[in-house]
Amino acid sequence: QDNRISIWSAGDVGNVGLNSECQGEPQLLCDIRHDGDVMDMQFLDQERIVVASSTGTVTVFRHHQTNQTLSASLRWEKAHYHVDQDTSCGGAACTGVICNKPEIVTVGEDGRINLFRADQKDAVRTIENADSSTLHAVTFLRTTEILTVNSIGQLKIWDLRQQRNEPSQIFSLTGDRVPLHCVDRHPNQQHIVATGGQDGVLSIWDIRQGTMPVSLLNAHEAEMWEVHFHPSNPDHLFTCSEDGSLWHWDASTNISEKPSFLPQGGRSTTYFSHSTVNQSVVSAWLNNDPAKDHMEITNLIPNQTLSVNSLDVLGPCLVYGTDAEAIYVNKKLFA
Amino acid sequence: QVSILSAMELIWNLCEILFVEAAAAGPLLLHLLDWVRLHVCDVDSMVREVLSSENPSKHELFWNVVDIFVLQGRMDEARHLLSKEASANPASVNMYRILDDLMKKMPVPSLGNAQTLTEMELKWQHWHEECQRYLQDGTFASNSHMESICKVLLGDEDAILEKKELMTTWYHFLVTRLLYSRPTVKPMELRFYAQAWDRIPFLFPTSSMDLFLGGESSPEPLDTILMAAFEFEMHQVIKECSIALSNWWFVAHLTDLLDHCKLLQSHNLYFGSNMREFLLLEYASGLFSHHSLWQLGVDYFDHCPEYGRVYLELHIERIPLNTEQKALKVLRICEQRQMHEQVRSICKIMAMKALRNNRLGSALSWSIRAKDAAFATLISDRFLKDYCERGCFSDLDLIDNLGPSMLLSDRLTFLGKYREFHRLYGEKRFAEAARLLLMLMTAHIAPCSFWMT
Repeated sequence: QDNRISIWSAGDVGNVGLNSECQGEPQLLCDIRHDGDVMDMQFLDQERIVVASSTGTVTVFRHHQTNQTLSASLRWEKAHYHVDQDTSCGGAACTGVICNKPEIVTVGEDGRINLFRADQKDAVRTIENADSSTLHAVTFLRTTEILTVNSIGQLKIWDLRQQRNEPSQIFSLTGDRVPLHCVDRHPNQQHIVATGGQDGVLSIWDIRQGTMPVSLLNAHEAEMWEVHFHPSNPDHLFTCSEDGSLWHWDASTNISEKPSFLPQGGRSTTYFSHSTVNQSVVSAWLNNDPAKDHMEITNLIPNQTLSVNSLDVLGPCLVYGTDAEAIYVNKKLFA
Repeated sequence: QVSILSAMELIWNLCEILFVEAAAAGPLLLHLLDWVRLHVCDVDSMVREVLSSENPSKHELFWNVVDIFVLQGRMDEARHLLSKEASANPASVNMYRILDDLMKKMPVPSLGNAQTLTEMELKWQHWHEECQRYLQDGTFASNSHMESICKVLLGDEDAILEKKELMTTWYHFLVTRLLYSRPTVKPMELRFYAQAWDRIPFLFPTSSMDLFLGGESSPEPLDTILMAAFEFEMHQVIKECSIALSNWWFVAHLTDLLDHCKLLQSHNLYFGSNMREFLLLEYASGLFSHHSLWQLGVDYFDHCPEYGRVYLELHIERIPLNTEQKALKVLRICEQRQMHEQVRSICKIMAMKALRNNRLGSALSWSIRAKDAAFATLISDRFLKDYCERGCFSDLDLIDNLGPSMLLSDRLTFLGKYREFHRLYGEKRFAEAARLLLMLMTAHIAPCSFWMT
């Protein structure tokens, strides 16, 4: 197996005009070999990328912009591992990584949470056996608190200032404990959290109240791998799934015309079934009166085939990757 | 040296012309000419060089380019170049005019129904005789180039063979011969022009390949494959390709195409229902040994009606599952095809792995996915054993939050309720605790080992 970390240039964003037809495909700038599957990765700062591997190793790569090369600058081997009954250590996949410079938090199939700092060789803190099941994803709630989701349908808040190895709060799905695969927090309103499950359901939570989700939205037909709020337009949410689709959820309630159930060139406005628990708030995500607002949901992939494993969104750009060995770049997201 | 990809394109295109489109006499030659122009010679660089020079007709490659145009039946381009020679060399204007006229008048098969084959053959016969007359009159005697072009137009084998270096391959030679000696060739006659027929040499023309190679070199695999195609031996083509190429990709897809055109008689093979399915199964099985292409293999198996499902069931259980994410993808494929046995088996493998690594929550999660009550019982027993040994529960986050999955197995329900009893006891809600304990005992879901305490 030859897995690589690659950096691509997707062309100048501001270069419109006669040259727009020649902009063409993303160009490969540099790459480097990676041991094991890349499970997750994130930019730590302008030059460094933290990568989580299926071998349980977490590596920090540095991108040298002057000569366009990548090099491994720091590596935490066996950040995640299993100790089985024969007391031999095997690697456990590291499933999620999140950065808030200089801190890096990783979670894995071993149920362990690690806190690293970018300049320190050893882990700052490790919460052993934080979870009896696999932790699928992690994100920062506040600078000292993190959110994790696991494979028995629980969303947990951990306070890193406290020394005890217990979550400060546990939320669970109603009904079946379907595994949760991804989590993201609203960029401005920190009490709003979105998670995606193995059954493709998008759940919106208000962590100030209750232990159950505020709404459950039937979306995909298979595992939802990633969910992201748009960082500067948080009324827009993006989810991608094993069923090969990528949904753009638009909750900015400025739709005046009647919705139609007829597909119009790839877009469809649909009503969805959701259960509401409480109704106190201002955000478009928590306000669920079906008579008043309807979300516009668009599938951004015209002919879907294999799974969309990962996506990211920034400004007018959307990037996603599929099992068909393809990367797609959309630079005119809100056009 | 023809790269493998260009060789494949060459073979594929020829099969399309001969088998799939099944071009009839007339259009057949036009398609073959296109095939030759596209695949065989790369003339463009030579042409560009000549045309961009200051004095094209004086360029050393000038006549080569004109010759190759004629050999490929590109009359307009040849005439265009010749006009440059005429303007540069006024002495030969007469000769040029006659040659140009002959080339312009040459009858070619039409794609539409503008003329029947017989009409065309008649016209062609007249034209052929006219060329013959001019040659015999010595019209072109003073210019050897033009004379040899006229001989080519007449289909003179030796004249054509002189330009061997330009044509580079025997199949180019074959098509050129046909163009100038039998433009209305029928598909079934191709084999006689292509293959050797030593027994009756005076009746049939000798093999293009032998003439071209001059008996010096032996045919290469590509040559044998193309020869088999010209002879319309489809099975032979498939067999030769299978031998020559290192993987099944080309053969599987070609056979699939031919099968869809209903061209292969389905004689059942001993293993794997018919040739198309056999080859597709082989190809897909090969994909499964690849670390990421196995997902494509699934689609191929889906299209094999008889044995596809069985093959898929066997292969899918053997994919190495190094991460949970990969296991989930495999499970999704199984569930979409109602392969329940495989779902249970894979979930059991993952659950056992989790159990061995002491990840009880993960193990439970896998048994819930497979709705495996027996395994859930096993896990609960593990918990209870731990409790008996240590006096307290491990992984409280799991047991306290079981929810409806508690009902998957009796033992699991007991575990959840027993923990609840302990909690109530700890909160000093004794009446409720006692009621719960009584209910547990009367409901007979406590394991026997617990009755003792």
